[in-house]
Amino acid sequence: MTRFLTRGALVLAAATVLFPFLAILSAALQPPSTLSPGLAWPSSPHWENFATAWTTAGFGSLLSSSAIVAFGVVPIALVMATLAGYGLAMCTLRIKGPLFALLMLGLALPFEAIVIPLYYDMRSADLLNSHWAMILPLIGAFMPFGVFWMRAHFESLPRELVEAAEMDGASHWRTLVSVLLPTARPALTTLGLLNFMWAWNHFLLALILIQDPAKRTAPAGLGKFVQQFGKNIPLLSAGTIIVITPIVLLYLFFQRHFIKGILQGAVK
Amino acid sequence: MAETAYAPRRVAVPRAGTATRRRGRRAHRLVPLLYIAPGFLFYLTFVIAPWLQSVWISLWEWNGVGVATWVGLDNYAEILAEPALRAALLNSFGFIIFYTVIPIALGLVLAAVVAATPWRAMPVIRTVLFLPQILPLVAVGVVWKWIYSEDGPFNQLLVAVGLGDFARAWLGDFTWAFPAVGLIGSWVSTGLCFLLLLSGIGRIDPSLYEAAKMDGCGPVREFWHVTVPSLRREIGVAATVTIIAALAGFDVVYVMTGGGPGHATTVPGVQVYELVFTAGRVGTACALATVLSVLTCAVMYGINRLTKER
Repeated sequence: MTRFLTRGALVLAAATVLFPFLAILSAALQPPSTLSPGLAWPSSPHWENFATAWTTAGFGSLLSSSAIVAFGVVPIALVMATLAGYGLAMCTLRIKGPLFALLMLGLALPFEAIVIPLYYDMRSADLLNSHWAMILPLIGAFMPFGVFWMRAHFESLPRELVEAAEMDGASHWRTLVSVLLPTARPALTTLGLLNFMWAWNHFLLALILIQDPAKRTAPAGLGKFVQQFGKNIPLLSAGTIIVITPIVLLYLFFQRHFIKGILQGAVK
Repeated sequence: MAETAYAPRRVAVPRAGTATRRRGRRAHRLVPLLYIAPGFLFYLTFVIAPWLQSVWISLWEWNGVGVATWVGLDNYAEILAEPALRAALLNSFGFIIFYTVIPIALGLVLAAVVAATPWRAMPVIRTVLFLPQILPLVAVGVVWKWIYSEDGPFNQLLVAVGLGDFARAWLGDFTWAFPAVGLIGSWVSTGLCFLLLLSGIGRIDPSLYEAAKMDGCGPVREFWHVTVPSLRREIGVAATVTIIAALAGFDVVYVMTGGGPGHATTVPGVQVYELVFTAGRVGTACALATVLSVLTCAVMYGINRLTKER
């Protein structure tokens, strides 16, 4: 009986999460003329809505902008987080405490608190409406999480590993590259995926710092699409599915990394 | 550092006498700073510096193009005086009920019930429950906007179960728009809270439960006296993560209601956007952003103190 109840509760929870997805898929397949479809599976699915949405909103350009931003952020963010995480893990100086506190601050600062100066700074640096306007601040914003994440990884390794390398006379750099990095692959994969997802999904900076439609990212494009085609539900739903598909696929392929990353990342 | 990067030496410190070694050690103590530097430089340039700049701008009246005039704390007084700005801050704290309190309560009950009876389908359930965490919130907003619309699925459902009188344009309703938008926060966070708490339950010492049983505790008292106190740290973590999401919630509101009707669902992000790009009141926008960031940090600090293990 308890068993039945608990399973029922879990299935209900999962159904609540899945319901909007099914609803939007059914809406995306309605005849394009039904402006406000209810919840009903269409008798003949209109897959061409996806093609229409793709061309009307220019999703090709939107998705590639998102990809450029995400692929621009991830490698730089990973290298710097690794270096800084290693540096922080082996740091014995007293300045470590303040550095730590400064990074903690970054975990709590909302993007609202930095976006306005960024807008004017990027404008005077002539970077507004370029992908750099997003890439650079996102690398900075992801740094606290990345540094804590990598530091936690390096500190979880047995001390003997580093000591043995030091005994052999390896430099810090050598120790990092040939002793520590080989152990860091799972940690780096998780961090890379999380950074990719955050960059891909980010909205506020995208909305304000890239207002040129040709450079706009997918979430910002979807935001504008709603304002233009808010009444055309089939088209809007198809557009939404186009925007979420890449990240959902990535999640399904690497779900262990995503779940572990977000759960452990929160705890650290 | 560039030097070491391009020419990594196999043997950095020659195995010489201990004296040279000791001298090398002292210099070595500064080496970590070189590793920390590039990441920190990025962080300082693109996060901390803009934030300080924002605090500075908040003391001026500036329309974004012309000359700025020093106004001291006047912009902060405006936040208290103007209903729209006050509503934005109050709403973002109100969202904590939906982003944090409801998900943690639901998550706790669900985790406590589920932990006792393992199920092989759990990995699938976990994958599904985690899904809202990885979606762009803009897309989430678009979907729910339609679900709540006048002839959308939600009203359809109400009609189907005979509650048709309740059907309304949820997002246009002064009373219901706020809880309607808030519930999306619960939809997003509950899975995360549940999984965080579930992993915490797995770490509770089973002897605590045995002791509770010996004392004649029923499942409910066991929940309050063993499970909840033992999950103090996990609850703190879940609260921290979700409160940050609640206070910085912008995407969903921007897409669904734009802050309306009236100021019923407005949040600081929406007000900041309007103050800068519509009203040309950059100083006031920065003041609002500063208040939000200070309040967020204060809340984080408070939770951290409260839930730290003794």
